[in-house]
Amino acid sequence: MTDPAIRLAGATIGYGDVAIVRDADLTVRRGEAVAVLGSNGSGKTTLSRGLLGLATVLGGTVEVLGAPVGRLRERGRVGYVPQRHTVSGAMPATVREVVGVGRLPRLGLFGRPGARDRAAVAEAVEAVGLADRLADPVAALSGGQQRRVLVARALAAEPELLVMDEPTAGVDAASQAALADVLARVSAAGTTLLVVTHETGPLAGVLTRAVVVDSGRLTYDGPLAGAGTAGPDCHHPDEAARPPVRGYRLDQPRPAPDAVRLRHGSR
Amino acid sequence: MELLEYGFMQRALLASLMVGLVAPAVGVFLVQRRLSLLGDGLGHVALTGVGVGVLTSSAPVGTALVAAVLGAVLIELVRARGRTSGDVALAVLFYGGIAGGVVLLSLAPRGQATNLDAYLFGAITTTTAADVAVFAVISGVVLAVVWLLGRRLYAVSDDEEYARAVGLPVLPLNIVLAALVASTVVLSMRVVGLLLISALMILPSAVAQLVGRSFRSTLYLACGVGVVVSVAGTAGSYYTGTPSGGTIVLLAIALFLVVTAGVALRDATARRRHGRQVEVHAAHPHEHGEGCGHRPVPHGDHVDYDHDGHLHAPHRTGTGTHYDEHDGSAHPPAAVVPPVGRERP
Repeated sequence: MTDPAIRLAGATIGYGDVAIVRDADLTVRRGEAVAVLGSNGSGKTTLSRGLLGLATVLGGTVEVLGAPVGRLRERGRVGYVPQRHTVSGAMPATVREVVGVGRLPRLGLFGRPGARDRAAVAEAVEAVGLADRLADPVAALSGGQQRRVLVARALAAEPELLVMDEPTAGVDAASQAALADVLARVSAAGTTLLVVTHETGPLAGVLTRAVVVDSGRLTYDGPLAGAGTAGPDCHHPDEAARPPVRGYRLDQPRPAPDAVRLRHGSR
Repeated sequence: MELLEYGFMQRALLASLMVGLVAPAVGVFLVQRRLSLLGDGLGHVALTGVGVGVLTSSAPVGTALVAAVLGAVLIELVRARGRTSGDVALAVLFYGGIAGGVVLLSLAPRGQATNLDAYLFGAITTTTAADVAVFAVISGVVLAVVWLLGRRLYAVSDDEEYARAVGLPVLPLNIVLAALVASTVVLSMRVVGLLLISALMILPSAVAQLVGRSFRSTLYLACGVGVVVSVAGTAGSYYTGTPSGGTIVLLAIALFLVVTAGVALRDATARRRHGRQVEVHAAHPHEHGEGCGHRPVPHGDHVDYDHDGHLHAPHRTGTGTHYDEHDGSAHPPAAVVPPVGRERP
């Protein structure tokens, strides 16, 4: 357990051959609760996706739980709450079924969920305050409740590292407070938290350290309290200073305007 | 029953039973994944396999299976490599498949019966005993794989990005699903024909989706609907003298329309009841809040207010505060706009 939860050394992360996060150094110890802050298009989501094997590591080192990112075995110990407001899916599914997916990485290729898995699912749903909705279709839940279902899915895996992308965006104040409670308990239990967000307010009581990403570079790393003062995480004054990022989509981050192009293997 | 006295009808009904059961069991994952037309495309590809089989005088079912599985794997690899040219690559593969099939079949020696229609639209009464045996094996394998890997196929179909992030083997699972689709295509070839295969995978799922509450119940329901329309369509085509494939598909569409109308009616009734209650409260301007005199009852992500024997759940709408009615025991959806088709009575 002496390996850090996350270790980036000179890491360049992007999509295809377009580098978005460049030359990032970051070490997160086990049990830390870290906020990744930055304006839209700064690369904060790409940074988190790099840790999950969803974005390409173009150079440098990216290690998660002591192993290079991309090893399936290691990723089974990572929980992920994607940047989405609702549970998608064309077919109906109950809360239990959606959260049950979180247990699958632990079951190997053909394993079927046992009593232990069912208990973990029930616990995770209980933790997000939806215990009475376990057998309900997720489509019958409100947006904030659906987000909590996605949090429960990540918790059901009993992850060592929990990565969340904008968990509080578009969620009402009561749900944000409920989420903060859940995260405080998860963090107290020793799980490492990495929360990508542009508003630290609702989670200020949980997150202790902050990293600020600006135009693909890490520009701040220190206590959360010191990050909120000057600019980058408060994107309104910042947007006037540079041209708006056009065609930005939440689910598919584009490079910042000044992102460099790297050829494959040039590092 | 008269139609059970004929050997060809017995085989036809057996084949339609298997197809009706298997096609929706695979189809629900395609609908979930929003890849409803994959089956259609693989049907095109299978035709090239049929052409090869007829030309080489080997069993068309076997060669069609090989062609469809190869096509399925190719499609998944193209999809996994990037989205830039994936769409076009699929189109090339699909139209190449059907064109190749048509050309190969036209090259077949004169003496050979090459009834293109039979493959495109189904010729269930030509099902041989050997075909039934092969279909039974394919059905068994497909159902076993769905039983074994169903949860993982659901996970990958539901949220591929999450599945990848937590380390599920996404590409192998996608290839397994595509291979299942290919097998189902070949299985359904005789019953509904290559051009209508997709319908038997998708329509029962579409019906089940309207009324199901969980994914599991939706899957079972889709299989049930599939068996009913498939067997009923085949039996009906015996009496009406119409092609089995078209009859089955029209029956499924009719069922879909009836269920859609039924669900819409149920929702409209629920909305009207809700609307009447809202009118009562419009004439009763009182905003619930802390210390408003009504007992607050925390409920899920909001607070209800005990009010003359029922619960008020306030939420903001464009026109002001609006109250959902809770009858205390049930939990109506708390969403501002109830999702159409999912609202509970």
